[in-house]
Amino acid sequence: MKKRNVLPLKSLMIVIAFAFALTGCGWNSGPNNKAGNAGNASQTNTNGKTDANAANGNAAGTDTKATNDSGSKKPVELLNVSYDPTRELYEAYNKLFADYWKQEKGQDVTVKQSHGGSGAQARAVIDGLEADVVTLALGYDIDSVSQKGFINPDWQQKFDNNSSPYTSTIVFLVRKGNPKGIKDWNDLVKPGVQVITPNPKTSGGARWNYLAAWGYALKQNNGDEAKAQAFVKALFKNVPVLDTGARGSTTTFVQKGIGDVLLAWENEALLSVKELGADKFEIVYPSLSILAEPPVAVVDKNVDKKGTREVAEAYLDYLYTEPAQQVIAQNFYRPQLASVAEQFKDQFPDIPMLTIDNDFGGWAEAQKKHFSDGGVFDQIYTPGS
Amino acid sequence: MTSSAKKKAKPRSVLPGFGLSLGFTVFYLSIIVIIPLIGIFVKTSGLTPEQFWHTVTNARVLASYKVSFLTSFYAALVNLVFGLLIAWVLVRYKFPGKRLLDSLIDMPFALPTAVAGISLTAIYAPNGWVGKLLDPLGIKVAFTPLGITLALIFIGLPFVVRTVQPVLQDLDNEVEEAAVMLGAFRWRTFRRVVLPELIPPLLTGFALAFARGIGEYGSVVFISGNMPMKTEIAPLLIMTKLEQFDYRGATAIALVMLVVSFLLLLLINYLQWRSNRRVVSA
Repeated sequence: MKKRNVLPLKSLMIVIAFAFALTGCGWNSGPNNKAGNAGNASQTNTNGKTDANAANGNAAGTDTKATNDSGSKKPVELLNVSYDPTRELYEAYNKLFADYWKQEKGQDVTVKQSHGGSGAQARAVIDGLEADVVTLALGYDIDSVSQKGFINPDWQQKFDNNSSPYTSTIVFLVRKGNPKGIKDWNDLVKPGVQVITPNPKTSGGARWNYLAAWGYALKQNNGDEAKAQAFVKALFKNVPVLDTGARGSTTTFVQKGIGDVLLAWENEALLSVKELGADKFEIVYPSLSILAEPPVAVVDKNVDKKGTREVAEAYLDYLYTEPAQQVIAQNFYRPQLASVAEQFKDQFPDIPMLTIDNDFGGWAEAQKKHFSDGGVFDQIYTPGS
Repeated sequence: MTSSAKKKAKPRSVLPGFGLSLGFTVFYLSIIVIIPLIGIFVKTSGLTPEQFWHTVTNARVLASYKVSFLTSFYAALVNLVFGLLIAWVLVRYKFPGKRLLDSLIDMPFALPTAVAGISLTAIYAPNGWVGKLLDPLGIKVAFTPLGITLALIFIGLPFVVRTVQPVLQDLDNEVEEAAVMLGAFRWRTFRRVVLPELIPPLLTGFALAFARGIGEYGSVVFISGNMPMKTEIAPLLIMTKLEQFDYRGATAIALVMLVVSFLLLLLINYLQWRSNRRVVSA
């Protein structure tokens, strides 16, 4: 009898001991990891692009003294709350910035990343996730964080180009050989063409898709809104699956083989082609698209509380420099800097683009008219309309 | 005199520390369950009754309740039948690999629901392993209510099996043997002797699977296709409201689902209690 009692107790203790060992490992590996990261960063630097090297070399030259003076500066940690498709971009950029900051200020900086749907990430910050900077898909999401008092209202003027260090656009991804002959937006409303796009109610990227289609239809019909609405309605009639996010839609189209055309961020489309081979998919640029400007902002309330304002602002400022713009272009976002744009001009063809501010009256206006409850997007699914 | 002595003695429970443990229970439940649920009521109270009514009776929202509740109901029904069958086989028969099969039942509990959703979609999509075979027959599974039901069957299965299994295991063989000795055939023995014992756990399993299905999000969003008015589930509409920072609208829908689910569970519990009583008295 006694033996039977002991056995579960013993196994329980083993489990507990095991759990402790696991958490212990986690704690121990923290600083090690950091060291590893720093090592990686410096390695990237020496192997990096020549431009990056030159810029960093200069910085290092002038700041050797500073490094020696303040070598004992406390390491600092930033949290960058971003959206899904920027994961690879910021992984690369964080190394670049950590290296720059070490040389500039002699301080170790670790940037942690958080990725998810753009709206969900904004809500997390509103609900208390202590982000130092937010780099989201839509100005509307940052506006919402700003309205709750976390970010000063003039955030969009704080950095160049509407606080968007990189842009993107909406393109079509079709299967190799373009079997349905899709060239432009009006091919998407033809019967028998299946269009894959995420749901504009849950996905930031899908809102850009929708607005690009709307803008095209408006131009075609000389500004007739009723006709534009009919066009968008016909387009969404051809949508068999509305995923909740951009990556979900990419999976539906690429992995499950559903649909004839995927409306996608240009960076996602380029990544898909690169990852899956140019023998399976090709990118079609429509005659008109939209300039997607994913903006960035410092979360004023959090950086003032944590005392990280200086490094947080530098983190976003440095995005506009040449080495950073190189990384941005390598990760398939359109760079803002003319010199880098020139280098990558084959990767990013020039097409006419609408902008949210000039053609849609800004995000607040577009959101209210199209995507809020009862808006145009809801109406196209309302029976009888 | 004897009765008063009895009264005095009765409140003393065999197990000590009832007051303390009840206090802990109430405190714990408050923090984990009751306060978050009250939060839903509080958030919703920001809406005027008119706005509330307008939000929760919108045509698209109504369609999504229908999808959510019906698919959960069908899924729970399927699990009721096949869960019983699986539990029966696992308890009554010996065969190689039984242990493995037995532990496989719990997998849907452990698997992240999104993974389940993605794998089910991959298999049942028109070009998937199973979808490819069904497509020529005109049966579309992925991106239809059928697909949603399938996902809910997957995540609800363990509830029925795991509630029925122990009861079936503890069932007295002698009663069944007596029934057979008295001339009842297999089917009659099952219907009149075994099944009545199993009805309470079956109802519990059904209720659990049903409740789980109503609130399920992760596995469904991938296989449902999320088409408004057709395959949009209520939890997705809650997410779309949150995505617009409309906390009140989201909680309003949540509140309706909460109240309806609670009423349904209450009904099932009542049925269970009645069938329990009948079994005991018979």
